[in-house]
Amino acid sequence: MCRLIAVSSDTPQSPMIAMRALDVMQEGHDGSGVGLFLSDLTGPFQELKGVPILSGIFTNAGLKRLDQFMKDVGFMTKYKMAIKVPKIPPPGVFKRDIYLIRAYEYPETWEELSESEIQHRLMLIRLQLRHMGEEKEDMIVFSFWPDVIMIKEIGDPLTVAEYLQLDRPELQARVIMAQGRQNTNYAINLYACHPFFIQGVATMTNGENTAFVPIWEFLMSRGFPGYVGYQSDSEVFTHILHFTLTRLGLGIQTYKHVITPLQDEDLDHHPNGRFLKHLKHTCRRLIIDGPNCVIGCLPDKTLFLVQDRKKLRPGVVGGKPGLYAISSEMCGLDAAIPDRDKSKDFQPMYLDTAFIRPDRQEVKICRQTEELPLPH
Amino acid sequence: MSSNGRIAPSTLSVKDLPWQIHWDKDRCSLCGRCTAVCPVHAIELGVHRQRLVETPVGLTEAPSNVYRVYYGIRQRTDPSYACVGCAMCTLVCPNDCIIPYRSDEADKLRYHINRGGQPRRRGGRRNVPGGVLDQIKFIRISMLTDPALDAGRHEFELRTLLGRVLPPEENMKLLHEEGWIPPVREIYPLMIGAMSFGALSPNMWEGLQMGVAYLNEELGMPVCICTGEGGCPPRLLRSRFLKYVILQIASGYFGWDEIIRAIPEMKEDPCAIEIKYGQGAKPGDGGLLMWYKVNKLIAAIRGVPPGVSLPSPPTHQTKYSIEESVAKMIQSMYMAWGFRVPVYPKISGTTTALAVLNNLTRNPYAAALAIDGEDGGTGAAYNVSMNHMGHPIASNIRDCYLNLVKLGMQNEIPLFAGGGVGKSGNLAANAAALIMLGASGVQIGKYIMQAAAGCVGSESDRCNICNIGLCPKGITSQDPRLDRRLDPEQVAERVVDVFLSFDTELKKIMAPLGRSTSLPIGMSDAIGINDQAAAERLQIRYVV
Repeated sequence: MCRLIAVSSDTPQSPMIAMRALDVMQEGHDGSGVGLFLSDLTGPFQELKGVPILSGIFTNAGLKRLDQFMKDVGFMTKYKMAIKVPKIPPPGVFKRDIYLIRAYEYPETWEELSESEIQHRLMLIRLQLRHMGEEKEDMIVFSFWPDVIMIKEIGDPLTVAEYLQLDRPELQARVIMAQGRQNTNYAINLYACHPFFIQGVATMTNGENTAFVPIWEFLMSRGFPGYVGYQSDSEVFTHILHFTLTRLGLGIQTYKHVITPLQDEDLDHHPNGRFLKHLKHTCRRLIIDGPNCVIGCLPDKTLFLVQDRKKLRPGVVGGKPGLYAISSEMCGLDAAIPDRDKSKDFQPMYLDTAFIRPDRQEVKICRQTEELPLPH
Repeated sequence: MSSNGRIAPSTLSVKDLPWQIHWDKDRCSLCGRCTAVCPVHAIELGVHRQRLVETPVGLTEAPSNVYRVYYGIRQRTDPSYACVGCAMCTLVCPNDCIIPYRSDEADKLRYHINRGGQPRRRGGRRNVPGGVLDQIKFIRISMLTDPALDAGRHEFELRTLLGRVLPPEENMKLLHEEGWIPPVREIYPLMIGAMSFGALSPNMWEGLQMGVAYLNEELGMPVCICTGEGGCPPRLLRSRFLKYVILQIASGYFGWDEIIRAIPEMKEDPCAIEIKYGQGAKPGDGGLLMWYKVNKLIAAIRGVPPGVSLPSPPTHQTKYSIEESVAKMIQSMYMAWGFRVPVYPKISGTTTALAVLNNLTRNPYAAALAIDGEDGGTGAAYNVSMNHMGHPIASNIRDCYLNLVKLGMQNEIPLFAGGGVGKSGNLAANAAALIMLGASGVQIGKYIMQAAAGCVGSESDRCNICNIGLCPKGITSQDPRLDRRLDPEQVAERVVDVFLSFDTELKKIMAPLGRSTSLPIGMSDAIGINDQAAAERLQIRYVV
């Protein structure tokens, strides 16, 4: 079972806050991978808000192919961050040529494009790079999106963090999500490493997803090019969220109604019962069966946590105004924010969605039985 | 046979029959119950002459013959009276002295049951025991990485949808705009399939209906039952229990005059309308209710004269193409109930199922597709249709499901599978296998007759005389003397027993797979089979 930590802070934090939290939760991950998602960035990247940042791992040959490809599409490098690593990686960590974090200037021809078209094209470029990389095994691409950096590597989180020198000012961010992976039934593969990302939506999960096959079959048959991958059964949680937000135009409060709908007796008494019954029927193939704790970040930088229908996984949220964290275990939260009021910690149950909005003033809880803020 | 007896081509000996009746003279009390109960008069009073050699002690008297007569039974060998193996004689015998045994070789009767040029007709299923469904195992057991659930304590939602489900984007848009959204029923995934009033006796029908009503109203299990093609008793049409009933319309339209007239007086809409285009037991052939069973009551409900055979045509005669027969008929039926009732076709398993399905995907009204495989049972069909026609359900359902996945419509047109579900008694395992292959639910007919009413029919060709109204258990008879053997209340109780135990068993399958929140439709990673060819064909895992 993987370990998860997400931090949302007014003052920029080093990714090490998450890595240390993962380290205290180390009994729950086996060094088969660590993933990091950074958003609401600071430093040089804050100045570059709006331009897409490419995150990935490249061989030298892969980098050349990348440069040629991006040039052909019309992207110009605007800023690049070099991660120079020691020649010999620590035990358990692969030797890589280049960890790339690079911001690009949009092609001039994109100026007239609508925002949704730009977002679509960014996703297609990421997918194309991923496809190219899979062909020659020279590129692994995690994200290509404004204000988002992702780093994934195999190995113990703290060891990897030190090796990659994540404690550098350029990487400080206000929203950080990290996962330490406990490899279960799928091959060790960086694309199987959480958090997963699609068009501004990122989630990470612990536990297996027993309804994986029918869900990915459903997602892949939506005709949306971004719904691919699935090296991990948890990737579908990200895509279901993306589907809920973008394809159905619904809010995060409905996400839980999609993945773990209420039973009929509850729906009969729900103020939005009719709506939710339709949602349950029409999204039946997206129902998850747990055991899962899903932690994620929305495009507006809201962090959230939801549990499976039976709450078979732990998960806790706590902090203080200006600094909140969500963790799969209490000790992770203790490591991230030791000086909080622990009496206000909250462990969401099977009906709850917990949010930390970008103002970071409070933890908001939405129960599934409550009325939904639906669009009129 | 006497020395001057004649042997005709169809003269058979007891050895030539499929069932030989063993009778123990020493225990027989000559009560006559066996001969009275035998539905086909296969046994009759036998007066036997026996020679005894008496050898007195000593030399004074010579040994002599003594002739004596004893009474008992005799098995008739005329093909018309051949024992069907129902073993009712065994059931009624107070001394357990009579029992039919299956012949140790292929019988010769089969060459002679076509007198008058009439091929054999019978009830029951294809005479082939077992099948691929029994070989499918559930192999993805949650261990440590995710905990297996507790079938007894955790919350489960064993429900499925019957009705056209729109794609999420379209459904939510129409909901917002208050447009028409096709009706969808949330039902229990195990349905009682089509068995008509006429094929079944009134007591059997009543028992099934009472059981279904109890399951719905007292136990909260939304089980539904299909009428089959024989109409529906007027009182039921006007009762609130109609909402648990799927009304079937088939090519004979039997009973639909009564149904249409009752529409204005219906308190509830029916659960759904099933348009039968075919059935697994006799694919490509129409329904058949033989004259023996068409008594006054049946004739009245069906709107026909009594005492005539009622063969429905193989196709809906007024329609000439799939567009006609499917699209128009579905729409007409929708219209009859103001577009509030799901309407779906049922076909027999066939290689052309995909063509039908593809047509349905383009018909915005088609609520589901029910496919009845070759192992489906029937009340009456030609033996050749039952034994040799049709398509196995497993690969048919799988092909259809994978086709829907390819089209992205796997949640939109639910597939219902029938035909041999629970044939070897493994109801929950067979149903779960079909669900994981892609069925949204399963239909049973023969199984519920066996489990709820004690039908003795089998795939070893036991009994199987549902067609001539002589059902020794009163299940498929219209003769009140036979029908009264069945107590509807007890049938209802057994129906409830069957569904409750099925429910537990289904949970016992789903819980170790880590599934409980939704039915694991298409969860093909959970199943495997130890037959490589079958695994490849079904696109599931091959396990040895």
